[in-house]
Amino acid sequence: MSVRATITSLFEQVAREQQRKLSPLSDDLKLLASGLDSLSFALIVARLEDKLGYDPFDTAESFPVTFGDFVRLYESHSR
Amino acid sequence: MWLWGSLTASGTPPSGCLYGAGARIELATLAGASSLGARLEALRGRTVLVAARDQLSAALALIELDGVVRRMVLCPPDHAPAVVRDSGADAYLTDAGADAGADAGATAVRGLEGLHVSSAAALRPLGLARRRSHDTEWILLTSGTSGAPKLVQHTLASLTSAFSAQEAPPGPLVWGTFYDIRRYGGLQIFLRALYHGSLVLSSAAESTADFLARAAAAGVTHISGTPSHWRRALMSGATARISPRYVRLSGEIADQAILDSLRHAFPQATVAHAFASTEAGVGFEVRDGLAGFPAGLVGAPGAAVDIDVAGGTLRLRSAGNATGYLGAHAPALKDSDGFIDTGDRVELRDGRYVFIGRSGGVINVGGLKVYPEEVEAIINAHPGVRISLVKARRSPITGAVVTAEVVLIEGAATGAQAEELVKGEILQACRRALAAHKVPMSIRIVPALEVSGSGKLVRPDA
Repeated sequence: MSVRATITSLFEQVAREQQRKLSPLSDDLKLLASGLDSLSFALIVARLEDKLGYDPFDTAESFPVTFGDFVRLYESHSR
Repeated sequence: MWLWGSLTASGTPPSGCLYGAGARIELATLAGASSLGARLEALRGRTVLVAARDQLSAALALIELDGVVRRMVLCPPDHAPAVVRDSGADAYLTDAGADAGADAGATAVRGLEGLHVSSAAALRPLGLARRRSHDTEWILLTSGTSGAPKLVQHTLASLTSAFSAQEAPPGPLVWGTFYDIRRYGGLQIFLRALYHGSLVLSSAAESTADFLARAAAAGVTHISGTPSHWRRALMSGATARISPRYVRLSGEIADQAILDSLRHAFPQATVAHAFASTEAGVGFEVRDGLAGFPAGLVGAPGAAVDIDVAGGTLRLRSAGNATGYLGAHAPALKDSDGFIDTGDRVELRDGRYVFIGRSGGVINVGGLKVYPEEVEAIINAHPGVRISLVKARRSPITGAVVTAEVVLIEGAATGAQAEELVKGEILQACRRALAAHKVPMSIRIVPALEVSGSGKLVRPDA
C-alpha cells in the first residue's frame, strides 16, 4: 500500500474509533478542520510509526497544516 | 490580601479588560457593577462551587467572590460529583440554562442552592462598595488515582507568589492563554493578567484559528499554553496572526522540537518554558530556548523557590506551594522538610536536568493525567485477563499516548483470532468506562510481566 493510502485508511479508521465525522480528505483540507482532535492525530501518528517504521515529526522543521502537508511529510521521509 | 483590594490598591480602578469569546468586560466597571448583584452578599462566608461553563462568567465570579466567601471551588466544566461531598459546598454558581436540568453539572450540585450567573447579560448594579471579610480558600481540582479528583487548597497569596514579588512590567500586557483558567496553569495567567493588564480567554467551542484571531485583535503580547496546545496552534497554520513578545509553555514536558518550532514561528518573541504543578505551584521558568533546566537551579541559595532533586524526582518548597489537600483521607502534601514531591522524574545530562517522565507511571496525555491503575482496573475486569500493565508511549502531538500489555489467563484465548477478539472486548470495555485519552491506543498480549521483589508490577518511567 502506498504511504498516501496507508495514511488515508488510518485517518478513516481513527475517525470511526473516536466517533468523529471526517471531512473528505483533499490535499488542501486543513487538518484542524478535518473533524479530528489532537488525540486522534496522536493515535494516527503512533500507528503510522508502527506501520511505516518512522516518525517524521522528530526532524520536521514545521508542523503540517493541511492533509497534503501531512502526506508529503511522510512521503519525503520515506524516500 | 484580597483580589479586588489588590487590583485597586493604587486608588485607581484596574485599566485592563477580560475578553471572552462572546463578550468583553472592562475591569474598571466592576467597581460599581457585578455579575451577581445583591446576591453577592448572600454568599458571604459560604463555600461556593464556581461551576460556570463559560470562562468569562467564571472569571468574574472569582474576582467578585475572593475576600467574600470562605472557600471557592474552581470547577472545570467536567467536574465530578465527588467534588461536592469533599468540598463542603453549600452553594454553586452556574451559567447553564433552566433547560439544562439533565446535564451532569445539575446532578453534581443536587441539594445545593444554585445561583445563575452570566457574563453575556449586562452586569447589575453592585449597590454596596466591595468589602473583604474572609481570607478565601481557593480550591483547585487535580486528577487522582481512583479517577476521583483531589481537591488542592491554595490562597490568593500562594497563587500570586510567583509574580507578586517581581517588579510590575513597565506597561500593560495583553495576555492570552489556551488553558482553561480553572486549571492551575490557566489560573496563573488569569491572575498575572489581572495584575498587569488584560486577558484573552479561550473557549472550548472555538477553533484554534478563531482564538488566535481574537487574541490578535486584542493585541496579545504574552501568550501561554501546554506544548500540546502549541503543537495544535502550529498545525492550525494561524500562528502568523499574532506577534507576541513572550510565548510560554507549561504543564507538560517541553521538548527541544517544540521549543525550536516556536522559536521559528515567533522569531521576535522570548520563548519560555515554565515548570509548575497544582500542588507545588510555580517552580521556575527557563528562557534559554533549551529543553530541561540548568543544574545550577537545584539547591541555589536564597532563591524564592527551593528546588531539590531526590530519588530522581523534582521537589519544590516555596510560598507558592498549596497548603494541603481537602477531604477525608486526604494524603499528606509535604514531607517533613516542607518539600512537595512533584512526581516528575529528572536526569542530569551535561549540566542540565531533563525531564524523563513521571514517577509511578502517571501518563500525561496532552496535559491530562492518566493513572495507569485506573485503566488497568478496567482491563483486569475482563474475565480472560490475569494482569495488565498500562504505560506511556511518546507522541509528537500530545506528548504521550496510552498503551497496554496484557497477560491472559491460560486457555482464555488460543490462536491469533481469539486473541484479537479478546483485545477488541477489552478496548470496548475501556471506551465504555474511560475518557477517550485514557483508552489504550494498542493492546499487546505478552506471556508475562515483570514483578519486583516487593510483589509489585515493575513500572517504567512514563
